Amino acid sequence: MTEFRLNGQSKRVESEPDTPLLYVLRDELQLNGAKYGCGLGQCGACTVLLDGKPVFSCVVPVSVIENREVSTIEGLGTAAQPGPLQRAFIEEQAAQCGYCIPGMMMRAQALLATTRDPTAEQIRRQLQPNLCRCGTQNRIVKAVQRAARYMKGGAA
Amino acid sequence: MSALFKTPVSRRAVLRGGSALIVSFSLAPALLAQERLPGALQNTPQLDAWLRIAADGSITVFTGKCELGQGIKTALVQVAAEQLCVEPKAVNLVTADTAQTPAEGYTAGSLSMQDSGTAIMHACAQARGILLARGAERHVLPVSLLKAENGAIVAPDGKRIGYGELVADTTLKVRAQLQSPLIPPAEHKIVGQSLPRVDIPAKVMGQPAYVHDLRLPGMVHGRVVRPLGYGATLVLVDTSVVEKLPGVRKVVRDGNFLAVTADREFRAIKAMETLAAAARWDERDTLPDQANLYAWLKQQAGRTIPIRDEKSATSAPAVKQLEAEYLRPYQMHASIGPSCGVALYKDDLLTVWSHAQGMFPLRQAISQLLKLPPEKVRCIHMEGAGCYGHNGADDAAVDAAYLAFSDPGTPVRVQWMRHQEHQWEPYGSAMAMGVRGSLDASGRIVEWDYAVWTDTHSTRPGGAGSTLVGQHIATPFTPPPANPGAQPAGAGDRNIVPLYRVPNMRLLYHFRPHQTLRVSALRGLGAYANVFAIESFMDELAAAAGADPVEFRLRHMEEARAVAVIQRTAAAFGWQADARLPKGRGRGFAFSRYKNLGAYCAVAVELDVEHETGRVRLRRAVSACDSGQTVNPDGIRNQIEGGIIQAASWTLNEQVNFDKRRIASRDWSRYPILRFADMFDSIQVEVIDRPGAPFLGTGEASQGPTGAAIANAIAQATGKRLRELPLNPARVKAAIGV
Repeated sequence: MTEFRLNGQSKRVESEPDTPLLYVLRDELQLNGAKYGCGLGQCGACTVLLDGKPVFSCVVPVSVIENREVSTIEGLGTAAQPGPLQRAFIEEQAAQCGYCIPGMMMRAQALLATTRDPTAEQIRRQLQPNLCRCGTQNRIVKAVQRAARYMKGGAA
Repeated sequence: MSALFKTPVSRRAVLRGGSALIVSFSLAPALLAQERLPGALQNTPQLDAWLRIAADGSITVFTGKCELGQGIKTALVQVAAEQLCVEPKAVNLVTADTAQTPAEGYTAGSLSMQDSGTAIMHACAQARGILLARGAERHVLPVSLLKAENGAIVAPDGKRIGYGELVADTTLKVRAQLQSPLIPPAEHKIVGQSLPRVDIPAKVMGQPAYVHDLRLPGMVHGRVVRPLGYGATLVLVDTSVVEKLPGVRKVVRDGNFLAVTADREFRAIKAMETLAAAARWDERDTLPDQANLYAWLKQQAGRTIPIRDEKSATSAPAVKQLEAEYLRPYQMHASIGPSCGVALYKDDLLTVWSHAQGMFPLRQAISQLLKLPPEKVRCIHMEGAGCYGHNGADDAAVDAAYLAFSDPGTPVRVQWMRHQEHQWEPYGSAMAMGVRGSLDASGRIVEWDYAVWTDTHSTRPGGAGSTLVGQHIATPFTPPPANPGAQPAGAGDRNIVPLYRVPNMRLLYHFRPHQTLRVSALRGLGAYANVFAIESFMDELAAAAGADPVEFRLRHMEEARAVAVIQRTAAAFGWQADARLPKGRGRGFAFSRYKNLGAYCAVAVELDVEHETGRVRLRRAVSACDSGQTVNPDGIRNQIEGGIIQAASWTLNEQVNFDKRRIASRDWSRYPILRFADMFDSIQVEVIDRPGAPFLGTGEASQGPTGAAIANAIAQATGKRLRELPLNPARVKAAIGV
């Protein structure tokens, strides 16, 4: 049994302690955002925030998250009230298959928490661990910059 | 027919699908004599197979194509909504499902708009005509006074009768007609607009969007232990340890097929790892020496298919001759999400949810494998990670189907592991392209002699013998003979015919059906490497002729639409002959018309080559694309941009590595693809709209030109021509002598 906070809410989960956080999220808690991509920390599809820092949830055993805060894309907003990153990714149409996108968004969220106005270069550096095969990287960079404007209170 | 649309393949296009031309050139009465129905209506002519309108007015459109992230759902909704005169949100679209939709084969070849888009456009236009006729009866007014508007037939006094009131069960149970009254392009309100993609919101909210997210009550997780290599056979395995592990439900062994199911996903993974450790495989050397790959490829048994042999008695004498060989290794689809399938065998019916590209062919494979009648197998498409061709999706679906069939009543979800996707997906085939060309004294090409050696480029299922389960079980199915494909679309010979005017041309396709490595359709098939070779060689010839590469292409190009994309790309890029560039910087240009039947696309790139490391830094790419009638301009831009980035990765980085027994490229560290730091600073795409022209598709238009444009830019930057893919730092360094 592990207790932690997920998107601001307390959770208790039963998965065995060596279970990677990814499977706790997807299998036990039935969330969809974090994706299995490699299980090796090479692609970033599973990226979530642990105490605000991006981690590869596929290689973080649930045992180490006791009493810590996990943030996933589900916590960024809802269809009715999308968060700034979600709005920005929709408006830039920054996806093709979209499988990598939640991981990109969570890693971008960590950057935007500390950097109000990131340059394209800063965004690329931040997102370097995350792979996209459809080739939407240039759109992703634009979407993150747009989200930064939204977070600063700008209209667009 | 205006000169603008005159193409060398027009006669062939007329023979193939003249009705598609009727769409755009309704003034071509000679074509009306043909019986061919527009697009995929030819195969599924019943209107209500494509479109149903319920009594409450709700509209459902059916397509046999699949959403792969290319935006097809959105584009098809736009086409339907336009012709039915309704808002896009009023159209409910059902994609490939063997129980519901037309059988449209694979979602492949950039054909979805041509096939399904054309069919839906005409079906909806015909339906609008039927609704108008019925509305005329109800309004007691002539059709000419009525209009279709927002789901109703409206009279001049504003009185509306909803579509739902005008349809009975049999209203749309009619055969498609050859020609339907299409909304004129000038009046389009939805087609031609960048409607936001209908599938993106769910994907960025974390809502269920993929087959990977499908969770059925009581579902268990399956994992397969695959052989260590293509030639490995399972000698023995002690399953007892695995069976005792927590949550394990079943261990299945059938020949070389070995799998386990468990209640939780990570328990299934641990059980798979234990099972893999318990398995003893007998391995054999089946793979060639990679250092000698292309010599080996050429030595394989096969046959030579002549594609073209044209001679002109009047051409000017050759004064200069060039010869070159270009090489492309095996390359991966390398989907970010390992393939996944879910299946349930219940009440005598096997239902399979899959992100494979062809639900009807998948059903055929599963039905044959499990000896079930096809009507007892239902395959439903759900999205997956981008596949770009035949990746592991079909096999993951068959894995799930096999395990579900052996455990009736229990839904089984199988997702492949990363190393399995890397090792077992069917790769894009290796290719060797030899070309010899001659110039006359005026700098025109007078002779072009080209040959390609390559494997098959499609082993898509059809039968069980094309699937891993079918090949690995104790009583295996024989894989079907390797298929060379056929012109004009071609396979390994796709785009083998340069569109340039050359009086003497000989083209040979040396087909090598060995299937030593597992290969199948990878985005564009042979087009990527053939265009890489042709467009690299065009630059080599241009240099020999002392000509600017863009001018040299235009010198040999007579097709107006090709000229237009070349000129538009060059203008948008700011192409200048003899532009003075900083040291280490290069610019490259390339063009192709995909399959010589699809979209026209040119790509110009600017890059820097880092002298010390051989690393290529991509600065910018500019592309113009003509996909015929534009349905969604941003959808086209997204596909072209993505194609450019993916092809840049193929071109600069990618090759499958192997030893005699096993694939070595088993993860992203051993098959690296481009990351953010390697990206173009900017990509600009110019969409050339051709209102009323046939849809030409977009998904595979930009890869070939991108590969060649990069090679040409590296040649300009370094003064050295690289002809063997990938053009990685080691090769660049070797070429420049660092």
